[in-house]
Amino acid sequence: MLTDLATIDSLFYLAATVAVIASLKVVTGSNTVHALLYLVVSLLAVAVCFYLMGAPFAAGLEVIVYAGAILVLFVFAVLMFGLGKDETINAPKSKSVANMFGAMLLAFALLLELTVIINNAQIQQTLQANVVSSKAVGIMLYGPYLLAVEIASFLLLAGLLAGYHYAKPDVQGSQL
Amino acid sequence: MTTIPLFHVLVLSSLLFAIGFIGVVARKNTLFILMSLEVMLNAVGVAFIGAGSAWQQADGQVMFILILTLAAAEVAVGLALLIRMQKKYRSLDIDLLNEMRG
Amino acid sequence: MLLASLPFYPLVSFLLLILFAKRLSWRLASAISVGAMALTALVSGLLVFELSNSSSHFISVDLWHWFSLSSQQRMAEVNVSFYLDGLSAVMISVVSGVGFLIHLFAAAYMKDDANFSRFMAYMNLFIVAMLILVLADNLVLLYLGWEGVGLCSFLLIGFWYQEQANVLAARKAFIVTRIGDTSMAIGLFWLFSSFGELNITAVSELIRGVGSSEIGFSLQESTDIYWIALLLLGGAVGKSAQLPLQTWLPDAMAGPTPVSALIHAATMVTAGVYLIARMHSVFLFAPEVMNYVAWLGAITLLLAGLAALAQTDIKRVLAYSTMSQIGYMMLALGAGAWSAGVFHLMTHAFFKALLFLTAGAVILALHHQQNIFKMGGLLKRLPFESALFVVGLICLMALPGTSGFFSKEAIIAELWLSTTAGPALWWCAIIGALLTSIYSCRLFFLAFLGNERFTEKLHIEKASLMRSALLILALLSLFGGLISLDLSEVFFKIKAEELISVNEPSWLHTIAIATPFVGILFSWFYFKNYRVDSNLEDGVKTNLTASEHRFAIFCRNGLGFDSLYDVLLIKPYQLLAKLNRRDFIDQTMMSTAWYVGLWHDVMTMIQNGNLRWYLAAFGLAIMTLIGVSIL
Repeated sequence: MLTDLATIDSLFYLAATVAVIASLKVVTGSNTVHALLYLVVSLLAVAVCFYLMGAPFAAGLEVIVYAGAILVLFVFAVLMFGLGKDETINAPKSKSVANMFGAMLLAFALLLELTVIINNAQIQQTLQANVVSSKAVGIMLYGPYLLAVEIASFLLLAGLLAGYHYAKPDVQGSQL
Repeated sequence: MTTIPLFHVLVLSSLLFAIGFIGVVARKNTLFILMSLEVMLNAVGVAFIGAGSAWQQADGQVMFILILTLAAAEVAVGLALLIRMQKKYRSLDIDLLNEMRG
Repeated sequence: MLLASLPFYPLVSFLLLILFAKRLSWRLASAISVGAMALTALVSGLLVFELSNSSSHFISVDLWHWFSLSSQQRMAEVNVSFYLDGLSAVMISVVSGVGFLIHLFAAAYMKDDANFSRFMAYMNLFIVAMLILVLADNLVLLYLGWEGVGLCSFLLIGFWYQEQANVLAARKAFIVTRIGDTSMAIGLFWLFSSFGELNITAVSELIRGVGSSEIGFSLQESTDIYWIALLLLGGAVGKSAQLPLQTWLPDAMAGPTPVSALIHAATMVTAGVYLIARMHSVFLFAPEVMNYVAWLGAITLLLAGLAALAQTDIKRVLAYSTMSQIGYMMLALGAGAWSAGVFHLMTHAFFKALLFLTAGAVILALHHQQNIFKMGGLLKRLPFESALFVVGLICLMALPGTSGFFSKEAIIAELWLSTTAGPALWWCAIIGALLTSIYSCRLFFLAFLGNERFTEKLHIEKASLMRSALLILALLSLFGGLISLDLSEVFFKIKAEELISVNEPSWLHTIAIATPFVGILFSWFYFKNYRVDSNLEDGVKTNLTASEHRFAIFCRNGLGFDSLYDVLLIKPYQLLAKLNRRDFIDQTMMSTAWYVGLWHDVMTMIQNGNLRWYLAAFGLAIMTLIGVSIL
């Protein structure tokens, strides 16, 4: 029974549930560090989903780059802010969903529409997730997508420069 | 061969996307907005990976890698701006940045 | 070729002055404008000489094709071409000669004005327009010049636009003359639609040809001619400040004095006279209209003379006198005494320009004091100006020997026997002459004799430019009558001169010559207190004031025409405008404005600078798009 339950399918749905709940906690949380940790959980759960969908390379990247690098960047930033008081001021005053009502309404409508589209599509049952090897990804990346990779590298460079420029301490007399 | 239907993957993706959207629109703290943005980007990544697996194509993962780089760059710039904002306003309230009103 | 270039000298000067306006020094600006006028005057002189020596009685030059008009009957070419005959020769001599002298005077008179270049530019532009008016070979080009002089008159009356009164006067002049101009434009349309021709010579020949032939005009054609003549008369009445459109001229004295001299005395106001003389063929075949012209002129000359008697402003006296003298010209034209009318136009230009300019010099000397009751005793203080003023006045009064005598007597002599005038109008002219001499004497006594009623020190200008201009004008006024004008080539007579059966009383000429002297004699005694230096008699300085009798005030205000028009035309129009303030079209416009304002408010509200709000809007838009694609 237990092995039956532990099929790839059930593992996927479990991971997906964890991802959704963790994401909800990220969005509704009031403590920044807690929210960040929830985000890590969400990303890890998604990484599991990737693995189960047959994309081990993407799963690895998700763990290393997203959960590992980007989130650590977040944590550093939060530590630099020394939020403390500020955090409590800007957190939602009450735990009620009232102040999120409009946004939730909008999001649910969007979700509903997306589901309708997906449901209407022909792809429903016919297509199943299959393993795509990381070798194929690498060939694609440095084959037809070479230009995209170059552009992405420029983007990273731009991010680097912008990050450096904005975050450096004020020089006397200079404007932002 | 796995047996996860694409439909379910896409529903997961949409769910994550909607949750991220709620965060972006409803939160006032800019740090939370950035985190919600990460959730949204991640949701798009899920959709790409799912579609790539279903069609047995590597393109989905390529796209995910591109999204990843985008997210990294965006977070770098976003956090730098946040530090700037913190210095200037002593606050991360996004509603303070409304000088461009008509 | 010389003819074609005539209007271009002042035009070039105008362009230079208006382009470089304040960058030019006084010396350069006056050199350009006066130099251009000198050149114009010189070329006009040459042209007149050429015309008198040539065998044909006209010179014409075709510059370029303007446009073509077609009616059912025929095509009419409207060209920019100039036509010089005896009549326009007289006009260009007056315009460029007197214009040159007045420019010379104005250069000195306006020296200290900040906008000197602009002033001279307008003056030059006026000369351009006036030359086009008198040289035009077709009525459309004439109309161009006609409107051009109207524009310049407007600009120059309102030259000192910082004062409201001047601006109002300019506006009044523009609007009142516009009534006449509209009538003239309708006349031109009518002329073209019934005769299919706008060229002046062609129209004249056409009408003469049909009129003199055995068949004569059809009933329709003679009605047309009657109305065309009447409408053209409307235009002339507006421009020449005759009844009932005379109200603008006294107010036009708000402009600088050289403007009053050039535009509102010597040249522009005589454009109406020129128009009627130019179109005399049309008028000849509408004897009723000729009769109206004569009566209009006579009534105007009497009323204006009456009004001049009560004025206190020296320039307004001269303005009313101008009106009255143009009344004489109209009377002459109405009586068919074309040459005499044009001759009076010329001599009047000389002596009225002289009078205005001398008055300007006096006003300048008295620090812009124009009230004659605040002058007095100037004969001793300003002998040069006084002498010239006297010269102008005796010409105005038409004392024997002066230029005014020759021209005015020529008019009066033709009145009694004219078929379209007659003894009644002759008596009007005589009474007018009497009035002229009385108001001239009154003006002279008040301003130049009696005790000094001003307190400021005199500002004596000895600019040789001014004085030479005045002197030449004075000589022209005195001896201009000796110029013999032979315009018989120009003016057409319906029938060959019949031998006049002598039914003219022999005392006519005696009376005509004696009238001014009667006027002088009368005023010598009647205005004794104006003339005599009361200082010496009583030892007490008695201040003269203008009569406060109700009739005198009535006369001073231009015989109530202004208030009459105010009640009859302006008030009802304003009432109508007020009633119609919220009409449908206006409301439509306003609702458009309101709609735009509403959208402005909505847009401003949307652009609240709130980033999360923008994001929500973004999400809503995506949702709507997807929703639309699903449905």
